[in-house]
Amino acid sequence: MSLAHDAQLAVGRATKAQRPARTWPEINNPTAWAVAAILLVMPLIASGFFLIEIFATTLILGTMALSLMFLAGYGGMVSLMQLTIAGFSAYMVAVFGVSGNANISLGWPWWLAVPMALALATAFGTLGGALAVRTEGIYTIMITLAIGAAFYYFTNQNWAIFNGHTGINNVATPHFWGVNWRADIPFYYVVLAVAALCYFAVEYLSRAPFGLALQGVRDNPRRMAALGFNVNAHRVAAYAFASFVAALAGVLQVWNYRQISPGSVSVGACIDVLIIAVVGGITRPIGPFIGALIFVLLRTFALDFLVRLGLDGNRFRLLIGVGFLAIVFWSSDGVIGLWQRWRQHQRREVSHSGGGRGHG
Amino acid sequence: MSRFVERHPAWALITIIAIAVALWLIFAVWPPGLEEAIGRKRVFLNAVFNGITLGGLYFLVASGFTLIFGLMRNVNLAHGSLYLFGGYVGYAINTSTGSWILGFIVAFVLTAVVGGLLQVIVFRRMEGQDLRQTMVTIGLSIVFADLMLWACGGDFYQIQTPNWLVGPIELPLVTAIKSSGEPVYLRYPLVRLVIFVASVAIGVAMWLALNRTRIGMIIRAGVDDRDILAATGVRIQLVFVAVFAFGAGLAGIAGVVGGTFQSLSPGEDIRFLLASLVVVIVGGMGSIPGAALGALIIGLAEQLGSVYIPTYAIVVTFLIMVLVLSIRPQGLLARR
Repeated sequence: MSLAHDAQLAVGRATKAQRPARTWPEINNPTAWAVAAILLVMPLIASGFFLIEIFATTLILGTMALSLMFLAGYGGMVSLMQLTIAGFSAYMVAVFGVSGNANISLGWPWWLAVPMALALATAFGTLGGALAVRTEGIYTIMITLAIGAAFYYFTNQNWAIFNGHTGINNVATPHFWGVNWRADIPFYYVVLAVAALCYFAVEYLSRAPFGLALQGVRDNPRRMAALGFNVNAHRVAAYAFASFVAALAGVLQVWNYRQISPGSVSVGACIDVLIIAVVGGITRPIGPFIGALIFVLLRTFALDFLVRLGLDGNRFRLLIGVGFLAIVFWSSDGVIGLWQRWRQHQRREVSHSGGGRGHG
Repeated sequence: MSRFVERHPAWALITIIAIAVALWLIFAVWPPGLEEAIGRKRVFLNAVFNGITLGGLYFLVASGFTLIFGLMRNVNLAHGSLYLFGGYVGYAINTSTGSWILGFIVAFVLTAVVGGLLQVIVFRRMEGQDLRQTMVTIGLSIVFADLMLWACGGDFYQIQTPNWLVGPIELPLVTAIKSSGEPVYLRYPLVRLVIFVASVAIGVAMWLALNRTRIGMIIRAGVDDRDILAATGVRIQLVFVAVFAFGAGLAGIAGVVGGTFQSLSPGEDIRFLLASLVVVIVGGMGSIPGAALGALIIGLAEQLGSVYIPTYAIVVTFLIMVLVLSIRPQGLLARR
């Protein structure tokens, strides 16, 4: 709570003067337009490997982390079960849809299986949220972590629905209008569209009355309750929205890998989503995507990089852990926070060269 | 106790009936109809004993966790890593010297040192920032897990049970009557019983230390209001370091116990972290008796569940947590 809150205050103070509250902040930002243009023409620049393994994966992981960012940044609730919700939705797509495990999959067409999976996963996440909001603050982490871990062990044990530790393989991907939507380029655009939709939905919600009330609940639940807001209802509604976002990402993930197994919903993976969100910065929706890009790049190239430095290539997790610790130690707002502080520092030095009043 | 009966007569009655049924199931010779319905009594008794002894192990892990949380509001998600670290240290000592007891002592001391160092170097810098501390413990657990994987590899290790504890003993509990009329008694591994008794002894000692000694008084006062305690002149940082080291040391001991009961491998840290989370959520954060009750409930649920409904065993544990959270969000034995 305090983490997001402190950073939010600092950012709020810095940017309040520059932008009016009620427009899309991207409209007047040339960098945002440039990034959007690059993302749109990416298939011309990048080959299949980069397009899917780096950029599509980044967008999928970023969307998952975005749902955590929404809860943590605007609601003050750090939920470690966002990946579990995504994994649940992925499992449901595999169970209701078509897959290689014919004895488990019901064989529904994708346009029936996906809404079903989204609905069930959202219900699952909302129930988990309703459970988590019964306690406050630091307990949320524990309860959601317990839910995530319990789901992981359950998928490992249960063979009737989740097919034990082998998971469900050869999940069918959608194929209509003569397009194979899992081919590299169409799939990239599907992922990009979903990620953009979720990004702008979060951005919009954060300035809608609901989002503002949610931020009020984060900052002072007691006062909001005294003003007549139903604090717990706002929190549960936030969980419902975040669950839907995570469920969308889960559907994309199962289409991406075409299989789902307990390994993809392990506790380590749950924690990875938190790391992505925190490293990127949990005060603004762009943070999770930056964090996801760093994470995916590290995961893909750390091995080569470490070997080139003459170190053991298998120490990728160590690198991630140390990097995460460094971010938590030195920046309460992840990479965006570091960048913003650096920018402010530069500006201050330009405007009055003597003013060395560092803040930290 | 009598106040509980006065305030919730229905719950008290249900509890008494449940205890009576459980005692009957354990001590009576089962009629044939019951054996047909739910299986052999030996299986049931074994599951109960496994559950109780597993509860003892869970108590060792969770009591350190809950002690640290109660005093410092620090949710130490690296607790599972300390457990695994203690287990590896115990294994190393046990294989090099052959002494099981020495393994416990060294594991306790080393994990306590690690815990104390963590408190001094890391957590003291961010006192009062709950969420940041928790994030740091998450980062630490990742780093520790990878360092231990580096040092020990992905193999399974099992700590050798010492010779004087090997083998089962007969307990005076009848599991069945042979056709010749001779009773069959339950045979159960001695080492698990010894470890269970030891963990009960540790629990009682902790309870006595907390409730009957001066240092215990200081810790209890710190749980209630650490600012006022610091204002009365107690060197609270010293208390913090001592409690953190002791809690970590308990996790280390539990690691040696777990390595003897089961095995040590990467991933066990997460398992025991989950167990201690659920135990303290059920029992109540910061409460030692709560940790004992929670550990017993979770251990029994896990073992009975894995015998009678194998593929849904974890769901039982989880449902217990959900039930407790919906009836008493603060945990069964927490005061607030």
